[in-house]
Order: sequence, then structure tokens, then C-alpha cells
Amino acid sequence: MMLVPCPNCGPRNASDLRYVGESHSRPNPNEVTPQEWRTYLYMQDNPAGLLKETWYCRSGCRQYFTALRNTSTNEFTNHPLPGNKTGAVDPSFHYVSESKSDTNDGASS
Amino acid sequence: MTTFRNLVSSSSLNSVRDSGSKTIESMKKLKSDPSKPPRYSAAGLFVKGAKGDTWPRVWREVDLKKSYDVVIVGGGVHGLATAYYLATNHGITNVAVLDKAYLGSGGSGRNTAIVRSNYLTPEGVAFYDRSLTLYNTMSTDLNLNVMFSERGHMTLAHTDSALRTMRWRAEVNKLQNINSSVIDPQEVKKLAPSLDVSPNTRYPIQGALYHPPGGTIRHDAVVWGYARGADHRGVEMHQQTEVLDIMVEGGDGPDGKGRGGRVTGVRTNRGDISAPIVVNCTAGWATLISDMAGVKLPINTHPLQAAVTEPVKVFLPTVVVSGSLHVYVSQTDRGELVFGASVDPFATYSMKGSLEFTEELAGHVLELMPNIGRMRLLRQWAGLCDMTPDYSPVMGFTPVDGFLCDVGWGTYGFKAGPVSGEQMAEAIATQSVPKLIEPFKLSRFEDGNLVGEKGAAAVGH
Ligand SMILES: Cc1cc2nc3c(=O)[nH]c(=O)nc-3n(C[C@H](O)[C@H](O)[C@H](O)COP(=O)(O)OP(=O)(O)OC[C@H]3O[C@@H](n4cnc5c(N)ncnc54)[C@H](O)[C@@H]3O)c2cc1C
Ligand SMILES: [Zn+2]
Repeated sequence: MMLVPCPNCGPRNASDLRYVGESHSRPNPNEVTPQEWRTYLYMQDNPAGLLKETWYCRSGCRQYFTALRNTSTNEFTNHPLPGNKTGAVDPSFHYVSESKSDTNDGASS
Repeated sequence: MTTFRNLVSSSSLNSVRDSGSKTIESMKKLKSDPSKPPRYSAAGLFVKGAKGDTWPRVWREVDLKKSYDVVIVGGGVHGLATAYYLATNHGITNVAVLDKAYLGSGGSGRNTAIVRSNYLTPEGVAFYDRSLTLYNTMSTDLNLNVMFSERGHMTLAHTDSALRTMRWRAEVNKLQNINSSVIDPQEVKKLAPSLDVSPNTRYPIQGALYHPPGGTIRHDAVVWGYARGADHRGVEMHQQTEVLDIMVEGGDGPDGKGRGGRVTGVRTNRGDISAPIVVNCTAGWATLISDMAGVKLPINTHPLQAAVTEPVKVFLPTVVVSGSLHVYVSQTDRGELVFGASVDPFATYSMKGSLEFTEELAGHVLELMPNIGRMRLLRQWAGLCDMTPDYSPVMGFTPVDGFLCDVGWGTYGFKAGPVSGEQMAEAIATQSVPKLIEPFKLSRFEDGNLVGEKGAAAVGH
């Protein structure tokens, strides 16, 4: 499927982790209007390109961490370092988890 | 003097004659009905074959114009049905459907073609039921055999809580006159003898929600049928025409896009087009298109995979879905088993298949049908699904004037093609929201009025 770079466990199959979703910063619930809160809850960036996202290492270290992935190629462009749960982007590291070719013409039946 | 008997027999005779001549009349009408594209027939096939004739194009290939009344982005079943009903129901024919690849290259050519109306919310049930009604007469309406097969649809329950949801669904369905009921394992076995209903399995089958009007359809034929019908009335289909930007003025965002703005046209790889109305029917790519207009959507794009086996003698008469085992299966008329599951667990625009999917699928299918262990898989593929938080679509007007959406179709949107096209066409023609799609408006997320369909749409698409 895809290798996800856990900062504690190293690259692991995506099925070992839980995809939490896009990481948005949570507004202060005491200050926002219901509309703003719902925007935070429901609206998504869903880019075809770089996405900052949260993963939960379900069957490994059981930690949450943030990663940066290209949603068109599924390459992780940062490598969260051990202990660095916010996943600082290290531009020298280019994590390739899937080959680039993205052809799927197997249509239907 | 006329006897009562005479009266009865002569009048009934008359009525027979009447109906007979009516049938012939309507058949004549059907044959020569100029509002419909011509029918394909066995005789036609024979004559053409014997004469070595070439077949005419199914839809015209014309030059892209500089302006249209309506531009529809996305040539799947939703875009094409909207174009078709704009032309047939409202006489709006200066319409272009643009697709970056070929018609039906998205979910509409990749789905597992299951149609049903046994949803969970009253809004959902009413909506999908209208689609089934349209599917029922589609072959005659489009003059093309769409192979609609009402073979019945069965959703298995393996747990008490699943059974409870089925009962709930059955009651919601019955209230709205949908043929839907909960059946026990013995009845399940009668309907689909190949299923293992014994109590010794890991997840014993405890019952099922049975929905006889559900079934399958030939999805390509639906796509082509709508395209041909729309073309016949003057709508233009442009393939390999990618929308790169949407022009909006007067909005509160950058470049005049966003809330309060007004659409003026689209930019494509083949030039700019001006249009007062632009409709987003791009399913998995919906966010990218609505971003171009400055409209935010509650959508995540996930791939959904499916697989098909080699053809064997027909043994599975109904569609079988198991939510707990994350799998569903039906058998095509050719004899192949078509399998599907739930969406891949993370958002991506990559349509690559995975081994995890096949492994998991095979394991779960064998729990249901232990006897097919030696069947071989032929192919597997994926398509993009535009998932919303409440498993219901986003339809109708947006904060940008002239920019409409018919998206959020997730894993269940093929069956909704006809009704969506019909209702979106009405919305465009009347500039008001039809009642059937009112619950699915984009502003429901701001207002907090979600239409929770997860219980009926997470696995059984
Ligand atoms: C494996 C699988 C199984 C499914 N099973 C079922 C099922 O059993 N029952 C059911 O009801 N539904 C099912 N679905 C869901 C269903 O297929 C979709 O919801 C439905 O086909 C969506 O139709 P559409 O016309 O909205 O979009 P699509 O058919 O996806 O069409 C969108 C089109 O937009 C075009 N496009 C994208 N970007 C651009 C651009 N920038 N410019 C121009 N064109 C663009 C694409 O090329 C594409 O052709 C399944 C989906 C998948 C993937
Ligand atoms: Zn870990």
C-alpha cells in the first residue's frame, strides 16, 4: 500500500497506522462562533499535492505524529525524526514510498 | 336488444382493440420518435454487418465555441444526466460538457453498478427511490438497452447491533413504500445458497435486510445513453478538455473569487469559454474545481477498489453486502463475480490498487462463500471517491452566483445519476432549489443540519 515514516518506529505499512486526517489547528472553543467551529469540523483542504496530515501509530508506538505527503504521488516529503512529533520538514530527505508512475486504466466490468 | 352479456363482451372487445391500436400507435411513435436517438436492433446489426457499413459516431465531435449558456465540468453520469435533462425537460441545449479525459473515465466507468433505494434517512430514501424509478424506464427513454437487472439486494447482519440498524432501515423504508424487510438466515440461504449461514463461522450470519427492487445495471451503457441522448438534442460533449481555472468576479476572496462573486466562465487547455452558469460534476476531483471558484467543500478524496473474477456459471442470484466483513459481491450476466469493499483508509488522488485490498477481500469473501476458493481473480482497479462527513451529497447552489455543485457522491453516486441530473437541471432552469435536493445543500454544514447516511452507505454502496 504505502510506507509511512513513523518518527519512533521507522517506515511501517500504512495498514499498521490509523489515518487521522488533515491537521488543522483547533480554534478555541470558548471564542469561536458555531459557524467557525463547524468549518473547523467539516471543511477540508483536500489538495492534490502537499498535505500536512496526522497519523496514529496504532500497532507500533501508539503515538500521534504529523507528516507531509504529496497526495498525488504518495511520497512523504519530510521524515519526522524520532521524538520530534511535529515532524519538522527536513528538505534533504526525500522519502519515496511508491514509484511515480500512476497509471490505472483498468476501468470497469 | 342488446343483452348485458353483449354489452360486456362488445365493450371489452372494443377496449382490447383500442389498446391494441394504441400499442401499435405508440410503437410506431417509438420507432420514428425524432426526439430520441435511433434504436439499435438485431436486424440493424445484421444488415450493417452484411453490407460492411461503418457505424455512425455516437456523439458528434464539434469545435469548442467561445460561449455557452451552461458549462458542465465532468463527463460522468452526473454531468451527462444534467445535460440530458436540461435539454429534454427544459429545452436548454446551448450546453457543453467538458471532460479532461474521456466520458466515463471517472467513477462512472469504474463502479460496481449497484442500484438500490433502501437508505437510512427519509431524505435519502425519497431521493434514491426517484432514481430507481428513472432507471426503470431508462432503456425506452434513451432507446438503448442499459441492462437494468432487478435481482434483489441483500445486506447481511453479523451482529446484534447490525441487525438493529437493519430493522430501523426496514421501518424507515416501509414508511416510504419501499420494498424492504429483515429476513432470517434460512431465508438468506434460500436466496443465495452459496452463502455459509452456519453458526460455526467466525461472524455467523444473523439475518439480512432484503430489498428486492435493488440490482445492477450496465454503467457504460448509462453513460453512453445519456451522452447520445444529450447530443441528439444539441448538447456538445468535449473530451480531453481540462478545466484549468474558473473566472469569477466580485467575490470576497483573492482575484474576485469566493463568497458573493459571480461566475463568468472557465479557462481550459483549449481556450477560454464564457458562461453564466458552471456546474461542478467532477466527483473525486470536486475540491480542485470548487477551489478554482473559491468555494470550500467538506470533501476528502479516497480511492475505492474493486475486483472481478473469471466468469463461471451463474450461481449467485442477488447482490450480497456484508458491512462487518467489509465486502460486497454480485455476479454479472457474463458470470464474473464483482467484488468491492470500503474506501482505502487514507486520502489520496492516486488510483493505484494494493495487495492489502486483495488479501483482505479474499479472506472475507471466503468466510461468506467457502466454496469459491479456487476461483481466479482477473483484474482489480480503483476509482476516486469524494467522501463527505455525513455520507450524503452536496448539491445545488453555492456562495458564488452561477457556480453549482453536484458532488460528494462518495461510493454510492452511480445509482443517483438520473435523479441528480433531473433535479440539477430543474435547479438551473428555474434558479430555485427543488424539494428533493434541498436537504443536500452545501450550507447544511454551516448550519449543522447533516443528513447521516453512514449506517446505510459505508460498505454497501
Ligand atoms: C470501485 C467503485 C465502486 C463503486 N460502486 C458503486 C456502486 O455499486 N453503486 C453506486 O451507486 N456507486 C458506486 N460507486 C460510486 C460512483 O461510481 C460515483 O459516485 C459516480 O460514478 C460519480 O459520478 P460522477 O459523474 O459524479 O463523477 P465521475 O464519473 O467520477 O466523473 C468525473 C469526471 O470529471 C472529470 N474531471 C475531473 N477534473 C476535471 C477537470 N479539471 N476538467 C474537466 N474534467 C475533469 C474526470 O475526468 C471524470 O470523467 C463506486 C465507485 C468506485 C470507484
Ligand atoms: Zn510508531
